[in-house]
Amino acid sequence: MSVLSPVIAIVMTLILGAVLFTALGVNPAQALYVYFVEPVTQLWSLEELVVKAAPLALIAIGLALCYRANVWNIGAEGQFTAGAIFGSAIPILLPDWDSWMVLPLMLILGVIGGMLYAAIPAILKNRFGANEILTSLMLSYIALLVLDWLVRGPWRDPGSFNFPQSVTFSDAATLPLLVSDGRLHVGVLFAVLAALIAAIRLSFSVQGFAIEVAGNAPRAARFSGFSQKRITLSVFLISGGLAGLAGICEVSGVLNQLRPEISPGYGFAAIIVAFLGRLNPLAILLAALLLALSYIGGEGAQAELAVSSTVTRLFQGFLLLMILGCDTLIAYKIRLVTSRSHASGEAARG
Amino acid sequence: MVDWPVVAAIVLTIVTASTPLLLAALGEVVAERSGVLNLGVEGMMAIGAVSGFAATHATGSTFAGVIASAIGGMILAVPFAVLVINLSVNQVATGLSLTLFGLGASAMIGDKYVGVPGIKLPQLHIPGLSDIPFIGPVLFGQDGLVYFSVVLTIAIGWFLTRSRGGLVLRAVGDNHDSAHNLGLSVLGVRWAAVLFGGACAGLGGGYLSLGYTPLWTENMTAGRGWIAVALVVFASWRPARVLVGAYLFGAVTILGFHAQGMGLAIPSQFISALPYLATVVVLVIISGNKAMLRANTPACLGKPFVPTR
Amino acid sequence: MRSILMVTVAAAALAMGATGSFAADKLKVGFVYVGPHNDGGFSERHDIGRQDVEKAFGDKVETNYVESVAEGPDAERVIERLARQGDKLIFTTSFGFMDATLNTAKRFPNVKFEHATGFKTAKNMGVYNARFYEGRYVAGVIAGKMTKTNVIGYLGSFPIPEVVQGIDAFTMGARSVNPNVKTKVVWVNTWFDPGKEADGAKALFDQGIDVLMQHTDSPAPLQVAAQRGGFGFGEANDMIKFAPKNQLSAVIDNWGPYYVKATQSVLDGTWKSEAVWGGFDSGMVQMAPFTNMPDDVAKVAQETVDKIKSHQLNPFAGPIKKQDGSVAVAEGQTLSDKDLTGLNWYVEGVEGDLPK
Repeated sequence: MSVLSPVIAIVMTLILGAVLFTALGVNPAQALYVYFVEPVTQLWSLEELVVKAAPLALIAIGLALCYRANVWNIGAEGQFTAGAIFGSAIPILLPDWDSWMVLPLMLILGVIGGMLYAAIPAILKNRFGANEILTSLMLSYIALLVLDWLVRGPWRDPGSFNFPQSVTFSDAATLPLLVSDGRLHVGVLFAVLAALIAAIRLSFSVQGFAIEVAGNAPRAARFSGFSQKRITLSVFLISGGLAGLAGICEVSGVLNQLRPEISPGYGFAAIIVAFLGRLNPLAILLAALLLALSYIGGEGAQAELAVSSTVTRLFQGFLLLMILGCDTLIAYKIRLVTSRSHASGEAARG
Repeated sequence: MVDWPVVAAIVLTIVTASTPLLLAALGEVVAERSGVLNLGVEGMMAIGAVSGFAATHATGSTFAGVIASAIGGMILAVPFAVLVINLSVNQVATGLSLTLFGLGASAMIGDKYVGVPGIKLPQLHIPGLSDIPFIGPVLFGQDGLVYFSVVLTIAIGWFLTRSRGGLVLRAVGDNHDSAHNLGLSVLGVRWAAVLFGGACAGLGGGYLSLGYTPLWTENMTAGRGWIAVALVVFASWRPARVLVGAYLFGAVTILGFHAQGMGLAIPSQFISALPYLATVVVLVIISGNKAMLRANTPACLGKPFVPTR
Repeated sequence: MRSILMVTVAAAALAMGATGSFAADKLKVGFVYVGPHNDGGFSERHDIGRQDVEKAFGDKVETNYVESVAEGPDAERVIERLARQGDKLIFTTSFGFMDATLNTAKRFPNVKFEHATGFKTAKNMGVYNARFYEGRYVAGVIAGKMTKTNVIGYLGSFPIPEVVQGIDAFTMGARSVNPNVKTKVVWVNTWFDPGKEADGAKALFDQGIDVLMQHTDSPAPLQVAAQRGGFGFGEANDMIKFAPKNQLSAVIDNWGPYYVKATQSVLDGTWKSEAVWGGFDSGMVQMAPFTNMPDDVAKVAQETVDKIKSHQLNPFAGPIKKQDGSVAVAEGQTLSDKDLTGLNWYVEGVEGDLPK
């Protein structure tokens, strides 16, 4: 049954997409081909697909842990940004330091930056009971503004004629490429690694079990000695660290400098990815690729078929709503049958 | 020596800048009080802006435009309501998708209105009264939506605290299971609240394209939907405080521009970050105090209601 | 599961006969816009330049574009796509695409790249920009003649050299005809947010200006000028529709002549990487019709345009005094292009401090 839902969603999206494109005077078969097929037929676009999907997946895996534990971190955009800022401190403040240590240190700082920034909503929740959905969302906007201030102010490249960007990172501060041509950097491996580790730990470790229990039956968790507060903090730290890692990888591997806009909304898109992947780390890898495909396909449709960007964005929003809807439609029926405790479990919180 | 006409003009500027935030945030207060967190405000505002502009353009009537903007926002709220209320899809993910969808759809609808001058909402003019220095233009020289937004604030405040309907709404938001057991229609109340929120966000958007800057361009909401979401929490879900918060934020932004002229340069990023910072602080304060928390925060915010058998 | 589906869809689409458009002997020219192609301002002007290329060469070229490209990690992918799909000349039309263009240029040595408003070049990457300050000087002359309060306003986006050039040229233009004029500046820290731009414009009018020059993209400030009974200038585009009785003129970005020239040189095989900075003389900067002003003011404005065009007049020719009265450029000298690209001081007559 659950296998059916993506099929329904995709078929419906394809039909509606075909209608939309036909209405716009574009050959629907060609449009859908450019959108969904062409990007996976060429090596370079496959690489780009992976490059685009990697930060989405890395962030979404962390978020999935949070959501499984019923902890609603939606501030990954801020944690991503904090990681990028922390990690970039080395190449910006010490541009001449040329050592093998630069890159590992940057990555570690990136993780720390993301963790620290994620710790704020976790602590505010544990200490004051402040709603983490709202605090983490607000903190995202603050982080973006801090970044903006840094690259227009103290961290601006003095040689950039006042234009808002940092110095270009040295080679020592640049993530190496996996293949010599293109933009496929080593950072994408972290996403795969994170997915594998998360999948294994969730299934086989005590912590994974604690997360599940905390999410599904908080009262039971309390009886069995799992501290809800400790779980809240640890999933926030893990997801913040992963988002921070994604941030520094994007800056070091793709952009090579800090700019006012380092993320086209990765942190928010990753929330959607986490749900598309049904909070399953391995499925999230696929979901991230699917979302990346919708971006890249949209650009192809613009460049090759002169479809306007408004149409490609509309189509993307449509695809997401469709998949979310169909997915839950099916999952919801199953849950009603299998888990009676769901609603009461939710209500017992707080 | 105070130059009253200039002070009045500055106050008018602040009111204009604050009204779209106020309208959108009021709708979100009602939605959140019923337990639904709709992060699609930005998208609904964009749709409201374009529908208002299009209807005004077609009919020549700004009144038609205002109505259309509310309807536009409400229509966009329908898929959101179906997904999160009936299908229990995660509210955050759906709201974010809705914003993507709304911004894309508004740009597509508005394609042919770019570069077309709009019609501005008429401002009230009561001969005599509107000409009184300072008080005249501020109290009797605004446009209809400004007065409406103030009336709406009072009305929602009354509704939430004094009416039976408000009691039902809050009961649903605070504990949907008890409300359900009492025989209240949780889903029905939430549907109504979400649609109302959509209409208000649409009106906020309509104010952008009809009152604030009578034109349409893609992305003209420029993040105001998110500020509205922040204001709701800043105001701890109380309409009167939403009004204060919206005006306060408008005032800080506008006075920031005037401070520049006096050689006082506050980093603009700091001013932009204020509503978000203030929101976090307020959340911590009200959450730390159990009595305040219980009085204000909808406990079921963001949680789907699945009726048990 | 989903990937299997994708393959099925792929097969279906292939069977339905999806075809790419390939034309062997046409020169393909690509454009990357930061905004929508019909944004009524900045990106629209680039798109009109693209249409000029199509008109000029007909069947010999084929153009394509990708719009609303964020200046972040996505930019390089979009540029690479255009290079991959066979574009031999690619215009990237926003400052933020600079490094992405440079990186792509390294990987595609046989493709020519042209980046607008930047400062980095490569063997196959040139830069181009227009001397918009020439137009703003003319606007200043008009403002100096039209102002009654002797206070004129400048709505700034970000304090980058291009905007500072505009503020200085506007002020010097005004003071060349009316030495008592002062310029007030408000920074809104955005290129595009109609509401915020309107608020900044209102703040300027509340501070006593009566003529407004804007360096942000939407027509909202011009609408404010109309509401307040003042005057304003269109930005990038003729915006007369938004203020039929209050727009004095507009500084128009006109990229067409340059795009046609660059395309021609690629067709001829004579393209070279250059840093082009054209003014009135190149046709890249134009003034919209002089409206809502007395004939004698329009006449002076037109004479100023002609003089700049024929190089009799250079807005940044000395003597130029800085805000504090110290001499910045001595009589008989001219500010070099190098100094202009890094301009970070106000001339005499501008009020307030330049944010650093």
